[in-house]
Amino acid sequence: MNSVLAVSIVVIKELYRKKDFYVLLVLALLIIGGMSIAGVLGDEKTLLALKEICFLLIWISGLVIAVGTSVKQFPAERENRTIFPLLAKPVTRGEVIAGKFLGCWLACGVALAIFYFLFGILGVAFEHDWPWGNFLEALWMQWMFLAIIVALALWGSFWFASPAANATVCVLFALAVMLLGNQLATLALKEPEPLRSTIYTVYFLLPHFEWFNLKDFVVTKNGTIGAGFCAGATVYAVSYAGFFLMAAWTGFRRKALN
Amino acid sequence: MQPTGPAVPIVQIKDLRVEYRGRGIGQASKLAVDGLNLEVYTGEVFGFLGPNGAGKTTTMNVLLGFVNATSGEASLFGVNVREPIARQRIGYLPELTYYYKFLTAEELLRFYARIFGLSRAEADKRIDGLLKLVELESVRKRTIKTYSKGMQQRIGLAQALINNPDLLILDEPTSGLDPIGRMKVREIIQRLKNEGKTVFFSSHELGEVETVCDRVAILHEGKVRVEGRVNDLVQKYQSNLEQIFLKIIGYTPSPAP
Repeated sequence: MNSVLAVSIVVIKELYRKKDFYVLLVLALLIIGGMSIAGVLGDEKTLLALKEICFLLIWISGLVIAVGTSVKQFPAERENRTIFPLLAKPVTRGEVIAGKFLGCWLACGVALAIFYFLFGILGVAFEHDWPWGNFLEALWMQWMFLAIIVALALWGSFWFASPAANATVCVLFALAVMLLGNQLATLALKEPEPLRSTIYTVYFLLPHFEWFNLKDFVVTKNGTIGAGFCAGATVYAVSYAGFFLMAAWTGFRRKALN
Repeated sequence: MQPTGPAVPIVQIKDLRVEYRGRGIGQASKLAVDGLNLEVYTGEVFGFLGPNGAGKTTTMNVLLGFVNATSGEASLFGVNVREPIARQRIGYLPELTYYYKFLTAEELLRFYARIFGLSRAEADKRIDGLLKLVELESVRKRTIKTYSKGMQQRIGLAQALINNPDLLILDEPTSGLDPIGRMKVREIIQRLKNEGKTVFFSSHELGEVETVCDRVAILHEGKVRVEGRVNDLVQKYQSNLEQIFLKIIGYTPSPAP
């Protein structure tokens, strides 16, 4: 556990020392700007639309930060050859993967906390209300979604030759599942067998990212989803993240480094 | 060849064979190490020599768990090199400096100390001592990217010693250093030897090897061609290590123009 924590701390230090977190600042400013305009305009419809845009921005930013930080972890270790002195220590390759995952995921958590905090503060300023329960749930669910994305991106680093290709595939996969994943069940009903079963299998195998999106609860304050659903979604996310991390470990475990 | 002094082998390699498969279609595989046998004993400084491509780095990579052997066995302190615990008592210095350049020297050493499970107090003590040893105390708070090459090599040596290892594996430790830097590394190796540590290192600096090493092995085309105590080899071949090396690898100087 010591090794996992040590590796994760280095990941986080790298992110802020290499100024990656400056991107965060820019995105946070965009959120503040958007909400400020909404506050000044004051129209309820415009306010709702701008809140939706801000929430979408938080989702896209979260996804970009998760993918951007994770895809370069192992390629950078290999390119800078820092992996050699590290693996010459009594650390397993599994611990290195776990440390990288933890570091990236914690960094995503910090970024999300900043985004949601600013979003909430501005909500208080202009609407005089902060449904913090909704915000906490939305933050938690998005963070769980990002756990799957980080694990997927780490796995991808052992498959794709370049981090850019890995990042593109991860983002496209996430967006495709978010937008189309739910349509598969409807599509399956219209198709004859055996295509129906095949589509259903794909539907059940895909991680349902759309379940983690609590936009309606945050933007229109439609109550909370409850601890039970949150716990279920957490288990679901942990299972998928665990699967992708296992796959990454399988790829890395016996890989020759020379 | 059994040395006269120390007798406990801490590095053992038996019939080691490493073959790299061709990466592309139709690309031939390459035999990097071919039936290598080697033993390094407690307290000795062992020089691992050979021309480029002889299999030195591959052998070191197997010992460090970076590369898996195609066949044969390798162990450190009697533990198979595939087990991470085999690396608990070793220190490794790569040929070039490969460290997290956004960290300070102190942070880098603390990171590795944590991996070895050193307590905070123990780590503080080790870090202070090592930074003094490699003369980087005054720049301990500076990020490594601001260091000169020699300073980076010295922080490399410090990280290799963070766990107070019993065995040091050094891959061309003086490569690219100026004469003062080389002298410093040699002094540290000598000091470690006096402390009873075992040093296993590869080098192309044969004069340096002759000065520092107790025993050497000369590798060529993946096989150990000669192994023995430096003095014995010099006596047997009636020449210095460089001449022995050139003879073993079959080098014939081209005629003068």
